[in-house]
Amino acid sequence: MEFLNAMAILANYVIVPGLAYGSQLALGALGVTLVYGVLRFSNFAHGETMSMGAMFAILFLWLFKSMGVSIAPLPTVLLALVPAIICAAVYILITDRVVYRFYRIQKAVPTILVVVSTGIMFVTNGLIRFVIGPDDRSIGDGARFVMKAREFKNWTGLDVGIAIKTSQVITVITAVVLVVALFWFLEKTKTGKSMRAYADNENLALLSGIDPEKVVRITWLLVAVLATVAGTLYGLDKSYKPFTFLQLLLPIFASAIIGGIGSPLGAIVGGFIVAFSEILITFAFKGFFTRLVPDDFAPEGLVQLLSTDYKFAVSFAILVIVLIIMPTGIFKGRTL
Amino acid sequence: MTYLTGANMTGGYTTGSDIIKDCSIEVDLGEIAVVVGPNGAGKSTAMKAIFGMLNLREGSVSIDGKDITKLSPPARVREGMAFVPQTENVFTSMSVLDNLIMGAFVRDDDYSQTLEKVFELFPILAEKQKQPAGELSGGQRQQVAVGRALMTNPTLLMLDEPTAGVSPIVMDELFDRIIEIARSGIAILMVEQNAKQALNIADKGFVLVQGANRYTDTGEALMANPDVRKAFLGG
Amino acid sequence: MSDSMRSVLAFGIMALLLVAVGVIQSWSLSLTILNLCIISAVMSLGVNIQWGFAGLFNAGIMGFAALGGVTAVILSVSPVGAAWSAGGFGIVGAFFVVLAAVAGVIMVQRYFHDQSRSRLLITTAFLLFAFIIYRMVLDPAVEAIEAVEPAKTGFLGGFGLPIVLSWGVAAFVAAGVAWIIGKIALGLRSDYLAIATLGISEIIVSVLKNEDWLTRGVKNVNGLPRPVPYEIDIQESEFYRDIATSIGIPIVDLSSIIVKLSYTCLFLIVLVIVFLLAERAVRSPWGRMMRAIRDNEVSSSAMGKNITARHLQVFVLGSAVIGIAGAMLTTLDGQFTPGSYQPLRFTFLIWIMVIVGGSGNNLGSILGGFVVWFIWIEAEPIGQQVMNLITSNMADGSAIKAQLVESASHIRLIMMGVILLLVLRFRPQGMLPESRSQ
Repeated sequence: MEFLNAMAILANYVIVPGLAYGSQLALGALGVTLVYGVLRFSNFAHGETMSMGAMFAILFLWLFKSMGVSIAPLPTVLLALVPAIICAAVYILITDRVVYRFYRIQKAVPTILVVVSTGIMFVTNGLIRFVIGPDDRSIGDGARFVMKAREFKNWTGLDVGIAIKTSQVITVITAVVLVVALFWFLEKTKTGKSMRAYADNENLALLSGIDPEKVVRITWLLVAVLATVAGTLYGLDKSYKPFTFLQLLLPIFASAIIGGIGSPLGAIVGGFIVAFSEILITFAFKGFFTRLVPDDFAPEGLVQLLSTDYKFAVSFAILVIVLIIMPTGIFKGRTL
Repeated sequence: MTYLTGANMTGGYTTGSDIIKDCSIEVDLGEIAVVVGPNGAGKSTAMKAIFGMLNLREGSVSIDGKDITKLSPPARVREGMAFVPQTENVFTSMSVLDNLIMGAFVRDDDYSQTLEKVFELFPILAEKQKQPAGELSGGQRQQVAVGRALMTNPTLLMLDEPTAGVSPIVMDELFDRIIEIARSGIAILMVEQNAKQALNIADKGFVLVQGANRYTDTGEALMANPDVRKAFLGG
Repeated sequence: MSDSMRSVLAFGIMALLLVAVGVIQSWSLSLTILNLCIISAVMSLGVNIQWGFAGLFNAGIMGFAALGGVTAVILSVSPVGAAWSAGGFGIVGAFFVVLAAVAGVIMVQRYFHDQSRSRLLITTAFLLFAFIIYRMVLDPAVEAIEAVEPAKTGFLGGFGLPIVLSWGVAAFVAAGVAWIIGKIALGLRSDYLAIATLGISEIIVSVLKNEDWLTRGVKNVNGLPRPVPYEIDIQESEFYRDIATSIGIPIVDLSSIIVKLSYTCLFLIVLVIVFLLAERAVRSPWGRMMRAIRDNEVSSSAMGKNITARHLQVFVLGSAVIGIAGAMLTTLDGQFTPGSYQPLRFTFLIWIMVIVGGSGNNLGSILGGFVVWFIWIEAEPIGQQVMNLITSNMADGSAIKAQLVESASHIRLIMMGVILLLVLRFRPQGMLPESRSQ
């Protein structure tokens, strides 16, 4: 029984939130990796792109609410995703046409593009604050829990509950659907294959008559979808704060690089590695161990490796370890 | 008027001086034309000029009587040209089959017959169609590269040193295939380092020196020309 | 227009702008802006050494500036005796545990020469073990220290040395950290350095926020000792009172101007020294080699230059300069607030300074520091006024008007981004281009 209780603690505080957070990171890292694979630069503006997408979702959420539209028990913001993605896509395509395209034609070196992307980051960040302000926004509505801790306790008879938030379930399901759709697109459709071909060998793609501008457009569209969904899911799960997205950049890049930047599969694996390490290393194991070992051996302290304030340090540490042991990441980079 | 004509081509890369000067190359359907010459003679550049990968200052390129001097490389693909680069000529991360399908990217018609033909020509590709092209041997990759080019259903196939870095046996094999492709009615233009073997199978030969035509004749005649033999074929 | 003419003109306009602020707004504000301009200029000189000379993208400027800041704190505040006796032993002990752990890891690496799985496993296990010991030594000490008068101290304090000394020490601290990061991230792909530095700067700031025993964390350290006189002393001095009456301004204003001017002098000395050294470096054979590497890595490496080692030098030097600027900033503020370190302000804004000023040109970086900081500060009041003008015709109380006026302060982010993008696109060499003749 105590063993089951200990496992329930682990499930409640590590596995469930880890799956949700990992899905958010994976979606973010996929966006970064797509840009890297096709446009060949590290997009520092990606965090803000996610923020921008989430902002559009919130604006449409407010619109729907004012019209009385609701899809309870699901959160209304899911409905807002569709128009939000369209707006985010339009915004990204404008930035590409006005800014990035020039450097693509010039064949600028990647670091210049990184600097350019920080310019986009500034503008996007400013626009977001201008439109929606720097404050916290809660965007969830509908049923808050799929399973409440008390229900779980009553149902199993354990004295530790497992609570599963609606947002967590939605996050994981949406991420899975999106990832499956993305892989189907890349592996099975002609357009998806042409994207992979372009990422693999730009010149040969040209020789095959693949239009690079079209590939770039499709890539940005996919980035818009991934970023908007990732940003909205993150906001739904925690809350929406414009400045958190700059901080999210680090775990997202860590995920992408750990998996092997340029590799979509790597981005997903990397996302979950980072999410679970962050949670495990900053999780206080006291309750877990107390239930597993005899009372005399019960730990006195929190049995927490690092305080939760060092979450970002964890993703960075893993990044460093991976870079030292296998500089190209788990899945070798540059293969969409 | 031959099928493909590159007439009096003069030009170089965006910066720097002209690499080819008043260079003319032509080939007809069903023929094999080979461009040979010493290192740095502008052989590959001449081929790239025909494919539109550098701007010509003077001269023109026409295919089937149509002037295409101003067209971009992808547009020339639609005009029936296919180009096999010397290196990095396959999508390494993609399967053999996907490589071939990408070759047919510009085609809206059913390409299954062409695919069958390519597999007939290179049976090993049918066998390994699920394998990533990056895992194949050098000779097999070259077959993928040629196969990919054939998938565009070209009337003119251009090969930049197709036998570079492959063993003599593979080279003979590859040349046999190229003859076969030519027999099916496709014009073939290729640049070769292995001048002797290439001229052996050539209908037309172009010997370039410093970006200009030095000798132009049938392959046979060039092989028989003592000057050519002495200067370029090692006696 | 010749390069020197352009420089003179640009700095002249900048000086006029500062004078205009003095006349229109206030001289005190003008000097505040000037002081921060100088600090920004030192910081962008540091970044220019890395980006302009060598093409290294350091996205962790914030971290090095914060390191400089904390150095200023630790060097200048007086030691807290009670805290030392409460937990000093534990802290020193924990420090030795860290030393032992590092030594241990090195020994393990020496013992297993190959890149074997067992080496990795043993290293990991050893590190975990060392970490547990470290926490067992450190935690009680930290708890004891933080319990010492938490409202006033609750930290170990520092060395009680003059704060100006910290400017030099900060250079070494930042250089040391930069060396470690450089060892790991240089030589890998160029954008990995950006990510690594971005990460390390977040970590540095979160350590400063959370290790209360060292920095008081988010409780901040206030009232740092000053290298210049205090306003109150000036106001009480007979000498200055006479001056104030003779030129006819209130003594309060005069004292604040004198304090700020004193800072200006100190900062100018640093700026000039750093500038002269940087100029010498650029013109030296070493500088020429750095540019050769930047412009063509492949051929330089073919010429037998050890690029990674060169990059490490330049990265360490640049970071040291950023550290100095960070210490200067904390000195000027008179307080250390870890929560104020934001990447937009401390990393990316500095980037804009370097690029707008002119990558590779030291004078340009200084100009960029001045101009961009000036815009950053003045954009808010100007934005506010523009918004008031725009909305003046709108009905009071309309939601759009409220939104526009309220959001005016965010416009400067957009403005900065747009300036950066415009410069990159239409004048990538910046206001003062790198001279190619050298």
